[in-house]
Amino acid sequence: MGWFKRLKDGIQTATKFKKEAPDGLWHQCKNCSETSTMKELKENYFKCLSCNHHTRIGSHDYFDIIFDGQFTVHFDDIISEDPLEFVDVKTYPERLEAAYKKSGLTDAISVAKGKVSRKPLIVAAMDFSFIGGSMGSVVGERIARGIDMAIAERIPFMIISKSGGARMMEAAFSLMQMAKTSAKLSQLAKEGIPYFSFLTDPTTGGVSASFAMLGDVNFAEPNALIGFAGPRVIKETIKQELPEGFQTSEFLLEHGFLDFIVDRSELKARLADLLTVFDPSKMEEAES
Amino acid sequence: MVFLEFERPLESLHEQLEKFQQIEAEGDIDVSDKIDELQKKINNKRKEIFESLSRWERVQLSRHPQRPYTLYYINEMCKNFVELHGDRTFKDDKAIVGGIGKINGQSCVIMGHQKGVNTKMRQFRNFGMANPEGYRKALRLMKLAERFSLPVICLIDTPGAYPGIEAEERGQAEAIARNLFEMAQLRTPILCYVIGEGASGGALGIGLGDRVFMMENTWYSVISPESCSSILWRSWDYKEKAAESLKLTPEDMMSFGLVDDVVKEPLGGAHTDREKMARILRLHIKKELQDLMAIDKDTLVTQRIDKYSKMGRVAVHTMDEKNPDSKEENDSPAEKADKKAPKAKKESKTKKASTSKSKATEKSDAAEK
Repeated sequence: MGWFKRLKDGIQTATKFKKEAPDGLWHQCKNCSETSTMKELKENYFKCLSCNHHTRIGSHDYFDIIFDGQFTVHFDDIISEDPLEFVDVKTYPERLEAAYKKSGLTDAISVAKGKVSRKPLIVAAMDFSFIGGSMGSVVGERIARGIDMAIAERIPFMIISKSGGARMMEAAFSLMQMAKTSAKLSQLAKEGIPYFSFLTDPTTGGVSASFAMLGDVNFAEPNALIGFAGPRVIKETIKQELPEGFQTSEFLLEHGFLDFIVDRSELKARLADLLTVFDPSKMEEAES
Repeated sequence: MVFLEFERPLESLHEQLEKFQQIEAEGDIDVSDKIDELQKKINNKRKEIFESLSRWERVQLSRHPQRPYTLYYINEMCKNFVELHGDRTFKDDKAIVGGIGKINGQSCVIMGHQKGVNTKMRQFRNFGMANPEGYRKALRLMKLAERFSLPVICLIDTPGAYPGIEAEERGQAEAIARNLFEMAQLRTPILCYVIGEGASGGALGIGLGDRVFMMENTWYSVISPESCSSILWRSWDYKEKAAESLKLTPEDMMSFGLVDDVVKEPLGGAHTDREKMARILRLHIKKELQDLMAIDKDTLVTQRIDKYSKMGRVAVHTMDEKNPDSKEENDSPAEKADKKAPKAKKESKTKKASTSKSKATEKSDAAEK
């Protein structure tokens, strides 16, 4: 027999007496449900303090982690059009408007230039909070311009992928961004400028089947979902349960598609290593 | 003959025609007048139906069970065709076929997605859904073409790259990405034709070329109308609407500047006169190759990359932060230093796209003959 007995079922407290914690102070881990303060989480590179789960973060959080203080943001004046006048349950401009408001961003990728341990780097980082990090014309165009800048200034280039794939509302235009970004990367490669592809949770669809898989070095955050088809689609197709750990970073490392997995707290140090060993300015000298 | 739903009015006419043809064959009564009359009727009816096809009906035609597939075209068009197998790493994918043969007297490397012609073969061909080894075989053949300065011809007809456990293990994403990367730099002409379904990355994986064409009754988009419906409407019942929204017909794609031209099909679709369709394709290839083979290889690659760099529609936002509503559409986005800086596609801002909802007039005069 228990010491206490519930006399009435259900919650009896009226909503107005409910004690609410203000938003943005506490964080509950999606993986292990442990709570921590946002401050602690941020100091720990937005990783759970108890299970090391890497929470999804935005492009600017990555810029803060990677760069030595200052960096400049480029091409954020390029924004979406609605070439198809696409309508599903909402119109595309409505969806864009909601995304601008919700995320405070101008599209699903931001390009920044800065220094990592005193070595220059151009980084294009994706934002999942903007329509699922989906790739439309703007994502393709900003990457293309980032690559042009990297070629013109002979600076290594990096993309941080975090995307569900192509943006359906731009249909074939989105599809062609796969071709566009891959073609531009082939130009970068020809110029002898290194390209680092950093894959984070999630990287699937048209993004994984184009620039995300084309790095001179491919590396990922631990336990990120990476794949071509989404797990749900595969499950529906083959009508079987998917194996444990399928389509995680560790799975891709094992199958030979990643060079290494890096903990977010060591990201900057590993990047500094890469920038030291791949130095395009030195390579130019070696050639001439 | 298989009739699609919107072709039903033709079915009874065809039945009548067959009856008269039978009588004629028996040789007792002369019914040639009746036969001519019926034939004319059928033609008129067909014209009527095909002049006002909806986008969804075009999608259905692209999947017509009697539509010619890659191997049919290859066998019809090529002399001395030698099929080549295998990616030299893992295995031979049956969903992508390819080889080397002579078309109009010119040796070509020709490849494409292959669907099966009956239930058993459909399974054998995995419904035209390639695995990574298929894309790698395609790349191997393209490299072969480059080495011997042969043009590459790709025929696209797939409901998508195969979504399976093994495909993921072997790197479906990497295989497609690698093809895009390598095709961009391939130092030989690449011609691509969508001959049926052009679904997403699975189609694009052999679809990056100097010229890309679509046959009249085909579609090309980032997702099939069915999947689009299930994701955006959360139901499978909006495929017609999804097809309209996606604007996936050859005429749509041409108006966006994403494909170069539409290859006209015989009235009623490629399956009604397969031989004629193969002849149209062969002559189209002849004409296009004449142009492309004359371009030197550096220029070819530069032009190809420029072509893709221009794809996309963006606007330039005047720097009035905080207020994303005040975006201003600009005809040429801020120019950047590099001469190769991609300029957002901008030939004409006229929203042809939206109006093409009506009947896209068949403006393709591409089909010779």
